[in-house]
Amino acid sequence: MSVRKQLVLMATVVFGALGNVSLSHGMKQIGAISAARWTEAVSALLNPWVALGVLLLLAFFAAYLSSLSWADLSYVLPATSLGYVLLALLAQWWLHENVTPRRWVGILLISCGVAVVSRAPALTRKSRPEAAQAEVEVTVNS
Amino acid sequence: MNTVHTWTAIAAVVITSTAGDVLISRAMKQVGHVGEVLRRRGLRGLLGMVLTNKTFLLALACMTLSFFSFLVALSWADASLVVPASASLAFVTTAVAAKLFLHETVDRRRWLAALLVCAGVAILAI
Repeated sequence: MSVRKQLVLMATVVFGALGNVSLSHGMKQIGAISAARWTEAVSALLNPWVALGVLLLLAFFAAYLSSLSWADLSYVLPATSLGYVLLALLAQWWLHENVTPRRWVGILLISCGVAVVSRAPALTRKSRPEAAQAEVEVTVNS
Repeated sequence: MNTVHTWTAIAAVVITSTAGDVLISRAMKQVGHVGEVLRRRGLRGLLGMVLTNKTFLLALACMTLSFFSFLVALSWADASLVVPASASLAFVTTAVAAKLFLHETVDRRRWLAALLVCAGVAILAI
């Protein structure tokens, strides 16, 4: 895999984690939203941390879209799951959430999953679904 | 806020995000390699192709639903619980959906990766 592609995957990881931590920080400032007044979730966008979180998640989204244009979904998701490890670290240092030993075990398992998938090819060879579908349509039309 | 509320919100996040991921993956495969499209049509051409793609717009609707369910869940529980919990289940549901709907080759390595990440994320959540 090219360096550029690896950078795109890395951007997915970093922007995703930072965006989620920022969102969480903002939502904690706002406080619990009751089920009966769920529309308050929309006005949460006015909080600066929530807004920053949204911007970071947009950057995440651009990187994610790019990666999905040249890799399988079942590759991209495990390959970018290091974001959960980063999120746990950021949550501990910044949000002061408690990262227990059990959570560190979870982090280790995720890292193993990433290692396993990152050594396999990123894209299903031959018959891409759209190509297969187009063939079917052509057959039907002719 | 009680756990039933939290897990209901998490379930909503999982279902909508799996549908969103599958649709978005299909849309981007229709658009083609982003780097090449950028070179041939420029940023405006690329944005035009993505934003007028019906599958992409449907995916966006799913992801919007997912996002607001996620915000609600975050207001009830820690981010280090909500994010991993919803994602844990989503790793398995998307692996299954990618095989069924996108006809991806989900080989043993990817199943193993999906299960490891799912287990890891579940342990983070409990």
